Amino acid sequence: MFKSHFDIRSQPGFGLITLFTFFALYLPIAALVIYSFNGAESLSRWDGFSARWFVAAWQNAAVQDAAIRSLVIAIWAAFLATIAATMAALATTRTTPYRGLTFKYALINQPLMVPEIVTAVALLIVFSRIKVWTGYSGLGYLVVAHTAFCIPFAYLPIRARLESMDLTLERAAADLYATRWQTFRHVTLPLLRPAVIAGFMLAFVISLDDVVITEFVKSGGQDTLPTYMLGQLRRETTPEINAIATVFLALSTALVVVFFFINRKKQ
Amino acid sequence: MSGAQEAALAVQKQDIRSRWLLSAPALLIIFFAAVGPLLVMLLYSFMAKGDYGDVRFGEFSLDGWVSVFFQRDIFDDTLGLADAHLSIIWRSLQLSFFTTLLTLILGFPTAYFIATRPPHSREIWVFLVTIPFWTNLLIRTFAMQQVIRNEGLLNNALIWLGVIERPLQIMYTDTANLLGMTYVYLPLMVLPLYASIEKLDFRLVEAGYDLYASRLQVLRRIVIPLVKPGIIAGSILVFIPSLGAYVIPRVLGGGKNMMLGNLIEMQFGSGRNWPLGAAMSITLMALVMVALIFYVRNASRGGSSHV
Repeated sequence: MFKSHFDIRSQPGFGLITLFTFFALYLPIAALVIYSFNGAESLSRWDGFSARWFVAAWQNAAVQDAAIRSLVIAIWAAFLATIAATMAALATTRTTPYRGLTFKYALINQPLMVPEIVTAVALLIVFSRIKVWTGYSGLGYLVVAHTAFCIPFAYLPIRARLESMDLTLERAAADLYATRWQTFRHVTLPLLRPAVIAGFMLAFVISLDDVVITEFVKSGGQDTLPTYMLGQLRRETTPEINAIATVFLALSTALVVVFFFINRKKQ
Repeated sequence: MSGAQEAALAVQKQDIRSRWLLSAPALLIIFFAAVGPLLVMLLYSFMAKGDYGDVRFGEFSLDGWVSVFFQRDIFDDTLGLADAHLSIIWRSLQLSFFTTLLTLILGFPTAYFIATRPPHSREIWVFLVTIPFWTNLLIRTFAMQQVIRNEGLLNNALIWLGVIERPLQIMYTDTANLLGMTYVYLPLMVLPLYASIEKLDFRLVEAGYDLYASRLQVLRRIVIPLVKPGIIAGSILVFIPSLGAYVIPRVLGGGKNMMLGNLIEMQFGSGRNWPLGAAMSITLMALVMVALIFYVRNASRGGSSHV
């Protein structure tokens, strides 16, 4: 009876490879964090633990500017993308299939299909001309560009929620002579709230993380935190970059953890 | 026409109007800041290049497209193949292929292992894959640099162990590109694979063992064919961003190991050849489209054959 302890699900060596995968996934991040506590002047030496580079990064005006700019852009882009995505999700779920629906899906998901570098240079071409024509070179271009590629991410959870929602409550509201707006405001939106929050957070993280499109769209002096770091990587790097990266990492991990628990509660 | 019919028609009309009005903001923003610029870029690829970047507006020229693949000989003005461009395109394809292969080799067993854990711990494992996935791409690339640079973790460990005497030069090579891309895109392989292995009907696996199949046979003849849609989805999700990689080769590969993304950037920077850059971008997009079409065809076929 050799089959009595035979686990049909297991495959030899897979556990070992999994261990290696997780080791490989987290080792570089661990290295990055450890080196950020390096007391030495340069990354090539180790001079004992010190938090001096965190202090240096905190007091660096360029870093402060870039961090604030990143947040401003991300908040605006996530806000606009969430509104646009919610409206679009209503228009693509609360109706019978119609001509043009596939076209809408394709257009909304388009930013996911095209390599970022391609969108980035296309935006460079168009926006550089608009900048000359209008003379305006503010943060607006970055906000619009970020909103565009955030829309599909905000759209995803909102549409999924609308599709799985129970329609009886909305019908009951309509039966009681609620207008479309009243139905949406008092029935659909409260039920949709977790998905809207999830969509906003996804869009926020996606905007905060963007390097390529920002790098090509920004005007002079409009560095965000990621493009500032990219610029610094060209030079001889100090552990200051590690310190910035570590803080950034901690923040986005915290967001993902919150997101994870919100989703879990819902289930 | 009766009153009821008219009312129904009016509701329908209102419905049509509202569904376009509601989707208008999203569609307009995406058109203005994504699709529209791509169309403009298509036009630019057919214009003559300006002397200091940009294009000579309205002046038709095929030079941009021709020079993606060919170059004019400086001495006798004949057309020859543009070796530099072609080798970079070829390198991008090769690197993307090997990245996909490596992520599959690591990702498949990992996804399988996670999918066969008890439901509660599954969630934690998946969460652990998701965290690096949501970490900034630049930060992950930079993290890889900490491991493979000359005074990095890997070299220090190998020297300490006495395996090597002098640090290995991994940074600024194709190996660095390959390791970086594999590291960064690995979660994109694991997640779709996990989703499809989780749905696997293990009664079929049991049937295989009952018929005296070995573990390898079960894997090859039962598991892999059943999760093929997941394998294809993961491969596409890794292959496409690898092909368009820009940050990773810029940080890890350096100037000598450019990929298509960096070559495109060069045309808009020091190269000052916007039509060529535009034509290259469209070439890259075409390569991505080919991969996507391949995926859609296989996904629809794979889906129907297992239902």
